[in-house]
Amino acid sequence: MAEPRLRHGAEARLRRSRGRDPLGLRRVMSDRLLPALVAAMALLAALAIAGARGAADLTSRWEGGAATAMTVQLPSAAATDGRLTRALATLAAMPEVAEARAMDQARLRALLRPWLGEAPAVPLPTIIELRLEELPRDPAALADRIATAVPGGAVEAHGVWVARLVALARSLQAVALAALLLVAGIATAVVAVAVRAGIAARREAITILHDLGATDTDIAGRFAARAALLVGLGGLAGTLVAAPVLAGFADLAAPLVGGQPGVDLLALPWGKLPWLELALLPCLAAGLGWLTAQATVRRWLRRLP
Amino acid sequence: MVRFAGVGLRYANAARPVGGLAGDRPGAGEPAALHDVSFTLPQGSFHWLLGPSGAGKSSVLRLMQLSLRPTSGSVEVLGADLSRIRRRDLPALRRRIGTVWQDFRLLPHLPVQDNVALPLRIAGRAEGQIRADVAEMLRWAGLESKAGQLPATLSGGEQQRAALARAVVMRPALLLADEPTGNLDTVQARRVLALLHEMHRLGTTVVVATHAEALVEAYPAPALWLERGRLVSHG
Repeated sequence: MAEPRLRHGAEARLRRSRGRDPLGLRRVMSDRLLPALVAAMALLAALAIAGARGAADLTSRWEGGAATAMTVQLPSAAATDGRLTRALATLAAMPEVAEARAMDQARLRALLRPWLGEAPAVPLPTIIELRLEELPRDPAALADRIATAVPGGAVEAHGVWVARLVALARSLQAVALAALLLVAGIATAVVAVAVRAGIAARREAITILHDLGATDTDIAGRFAARAALLVGLGGLAGTLVAAPVLAGFADLAAPLVGGQPGVDLLALPWGKLPWLELALLPCLAAGLGWLTAQATVRRWLRRLP
Repeated sequence: MVRFAGVGLRYANAARPVGGLAGDRPGAGEPAALHDVSFTLPQGSFHWLLGPSGAGKSSVLRLMQLSLRPTSGSVEVLGADLSRIRRRDLPALRRRIGTVWQDFRLLPHLPVQDNVALPLRIAGRAEGQIRADVAEMLRWAGLESKAGQLPATLSGGEQQRAALARAVVMRPALLLADEPTGNLDTVQARRVLALLHEMHRLGTTVVVATHAEALVEAYPAPALWLERGRLVSHG
C-alpha cells in the first residue's frame, strides 16, 4: 500500500506544481541553458569585480606608501655641519612636501646590512625621507626643484615608476568596470532572448490567460519569477566557481600587498576576497533577470487588447 | 447588459492587435467586418448568433469578449462602455465573462482540474475554495473521473465540457460560445447545449454562435442573424 500512496502523493504534488505554473514556464525556460550562460557571465563578473577591487587596493597602497615618498641624500657630514637642519627647513616649506624627516642612522644601517655587513667601512650618507601631499604629475620636475632648493642633495624620485604603476592600476580598474558593464549588458540580452523564446513557445497560453482576465502584472510576474530564479541560480553557481579562483589570485598577489603566500587551500587568503560584492552578485543577477523579463513581457503584452 | 449601438468594425492594421489573437478566425482580416450593428441583449437572456461564414459572428463575440474595440458606434458590456474603459480595467471585467471556443483552447500541459481552476487562480481565490469549486464544476460537467487527465487524453466532447466548466467556474454574468459544437458529434453537441441552457436557467446571459440549425431548432430562442457584417434579423 505504501508505494501507491507515495505515487499518488507525487502525482498530487506534480498537479499542484503544474497548477502554479499555468504557462508551463518550467519546460520552456529550462533550468539548464540559461543558468549555465549566466553562471559563465557571473564568473566573468566576479573576476572583473575582484580585478577592480585588487587594482583599487594596489593603487591605494602605492599612492599612500611609496608613491608619496621621495628621498634626498646628503653627505654624511651634513648631519653635523647644519646642512641637514637647513635642508629640512627648506623642504618643509615647500607646498608639495607633507613631511620631511631625517632617516634614523640605525635604521639606515639595518637596511644596508645585507650589502655592507654589520660594521660598514664606508661612511653612510644622511638621508631625508619626504612624504608628499599628493602624487606629483611630473615627478622629475619636482625632483629638480628639490635638488635646486637643497644644494648638494641627490634626489631619488620613486614616484616616476610608481605613478606609472598607479596609472596602470587605475586603467585596470576602469577596464574591469567596463567589463562588468559589458557582462551585465550581455546577461540582459541573453535573458531577453530566453524570455522572448518563452513567449513564442507559450503565446497561445498567454492569450488564453489574458482572455480569462489575467493582468499584465500577473503574466509578466510569472515570467519574471522564473527568470529571476534561473538567473539567480546561475549567478550563484558562477560566484561559487569564482571564489577559489579569486583566492588563488589573491594568494599570488599577497607579496605585492605585504602578505605571505599560503601553503595550502585553507591557508589561501580567503579573507581578502570581496565577499560583500560576491554575495551581492547572485542577488543583482536575479534582479537583472527579473527586470529584464518584466520589461520584455510587458512590452509584448501591450499588443494584446 | 449587452448593448451595440451603430457598431462598425474595420480591421485596419492599426486597430488590430499586432500579434493577433489565438481566437482569430478566417475572414477576420477583411477591411470591414461589421456595419452599423445595433441590438440589446437583456440580462439573463439566451440568444443564438447566426449567419453564414464571414458574416461577422466572431467579430461580434470578440467585441463582447473585450478582445476588440469598435471602430465606430458604441459597445456596452456589463455596464462598461468599451470606447471609454481603460485597458487596465479590462481584466476585472473579463473575469465576469465566460467564453467557450470551438477549438476548446485548453492548456495542453495542465490536467483538466487545473484548466478548470485557472480563472479562479487568476482571480486570486484561496486554494481550499478552488478545490471545492472545481470539484463541483467537474461534477456538473460530468468529468469527475477525468480530473487528473491531460486534455489530449479526452474526447472532443469531454474537452468541450471541460472548457465549458472553465468558462462558468467564476459564475460569469455573460457566457459566450463560438461554435461550441463545431467539432462534436450530435450526442456530445446536445450535451454541451444542455449545459449552456442550464447556465441560462441559472440567470447567466448566454450568446451562442453556431451553424448547427438542428440545435437551433431543438432549443428555440431569440436569434441575431448577421449577413456580410450587417444585422439583418433580431428576434
